[in-house]
Amino acid sequence: MKKLINRPEDIVAESLEGLAISHSDILVVQPGARFVRRRTLGRGKVALVSGGGSGHDPLHAGFVGKGMLDAACMGEIFTSPTPDQIVAAINAVETGAGTLLVVKNYDGDVMNFDMAAEMCDHALRSILVTDDVSIPIDGRSTGARGVAGTLIVEKILGAAAEMGWPLDRLMILGERLVAQTKSMGVALTSCTVPANRTPTFELNDDEMELGVGIHGERGQTRVKLDNADAIARHLVSKVLQCLPVSESGDALILINGFGATPLIELNLMARSVDQAVRHAGLRPVRYLVGNYVTALDMAGCSVTITLLDAEIEALWDAPVHTSALRWGC
Amino acid sequence: MSQHSDASFPDLSAAIKRRLIEHVCETIEEHAEELTRLDKAVGDGDHGINMSRGVRAISAETEQLVQLETPRILQRVGMILVMNIGGAAGPIFGTFFMTLAKDFRTARDQASLAQIFEAGVESVCARGKSRPGQKTVIDVLAPLSGLLLSGKPLSLAAFSEAASAAAEATIPLQAQRGRASFLGARSIGHLDPGARSAELMIKAVCSVLAKECK
Repeated sequence: MKKLINRPEDIVAESLEGLAISHSDILVVQPGARFVRRRTLGRGKVALVSGGGSGHDPLHAGFVGKGMLDAACMGEIFTSPTPDQIVAAINAVETGAGTLLVVKNYDGDVMNFDMAAEMCDHALRSILVTDDVSIPIDGRSTGARGVAGTLIVEKILGAAAEMGWPLDRLMILGERLVAQTKSMGVALTSCTVPANRTPTFELNDDEMELGVGIHGERGQTRVKLDNADAIARHLVSKVLQCLPVSESGDALILINGFGATPLIELNLMARSVDQAVRHAGLRPVRYLVGNYVTALDMAGCSVTITLLDAEIEALWDAPVHTSALRWGC
Repeated sequence: MSQHSDASFPDLSAAIKRRLIEHVCETIEEHAEELTRLDKAVGDGDHGINMSRGVRAISAETEQLVQLETPRILQRVGMILVMNIGGAAGPIFGTFFMTLAKDFRTARDQASLAQIFEAGVESVCARGKSRPGQKTVIDVLAPLSGLLLSGKPLSLAAFSEAASAAAEATIPLQAQRGRASFLGARSIGHLDPGARSAELMIKAVCSVLAKECK
């Protein structure tokens, strides 16, 4: 293992500290509190709070700022934050209009955010992100997990919260967004959790793991490596099977790298995905390409498709100023 | 599981409390690499690291903990686990200990202990929206609860062996909760890491009690 670190146990705290130093105009990290919050809070606005295990950077801390999250609590690597941490983050950004939590659907995250919610006594709701389509939902699992689509949910809810939408209206928007946002990923390698020093699993040079999550864990199936066009066609067809696609609808496409795949490959995948999506009759009108919801140094990518309508498209285009996403301001 | 019948158990001595805390923590630390290896097969490969962080936080408070009455120790241990482990293991083990603490004062015989243990298992099921048979910690705790509730006289050694058998029995199960559930049928054939942790802690408690409370 080769990593730019001091001690494995200090990675999360030291990385957050660095983020706060390099973005001190928009972010504050409370020393020892293990959450990042916006420097300037919008009074009377619903607080949007998320969080999860670390190692998915820039998710979630990189999405704190104007037009997106008010606070993000970061757990240990791939480990949900604890209830006390989440409560501290909520209390730091709640200004009287209530709190909306964005939670990725993993048992650990759900339990810790539930415990935190039980400890708070003001208006609080949660949106559970379940965009991964790789796992058959047959009652034998926890349900679909939350992966790269979380970025889209956080961006669009953040824009609506910034415009002053009340909590109940944000909930309806959030549930609609989750229903029309789906993702699927493929890994070319696993990743190395620094405390473990070796990769979580090994893949041969001619293999890929289909239906992976964002923790370097095994996926649904292991198959022979294929070319980018074929991989894109497969991912797009799986995602579209799970979306209520109407004829000639508009779509937002996220080509998300898992951390170790260079932009030259992600841009190439954007081309392949674009062809596959158009072939299926959808019109891709917005794109985001890059390493946004990562699994440390895992190689591979996921494709997320969100079905757009005028309202969601306008919220996506609304100004955002975070360390990882910035446009319109 | 000795046979007091009327009065509640006298509280354990500080020395025994210290041995219990130390031995449970040492046992988890000693097996941390094994727990991580088990988690690499069906999860994200950090269960040993997380459990070890939890027991280190407990170890750091040993001096204060041994001064407390047993229910307060259980409460505090649960809280330390929740606030330090995170992930799924924090809420699961933390909720179990905190629920045991609630009625622990009423413990006076196997029947009352069985009630307390059963409440602990139910709280874990509620927290994780889970039930037996889903390849989780519950698959160790629920059979032990059943044994206690059966009312049959039960030695510490038998209880300990039952914990091992129950953990072993998670191997052929298909996971339906936690990250392992994402593997579908590929989770079959692996020992559940959380079940192994529960087994280790129960065996550690039984071995100290067998030595110290003859």
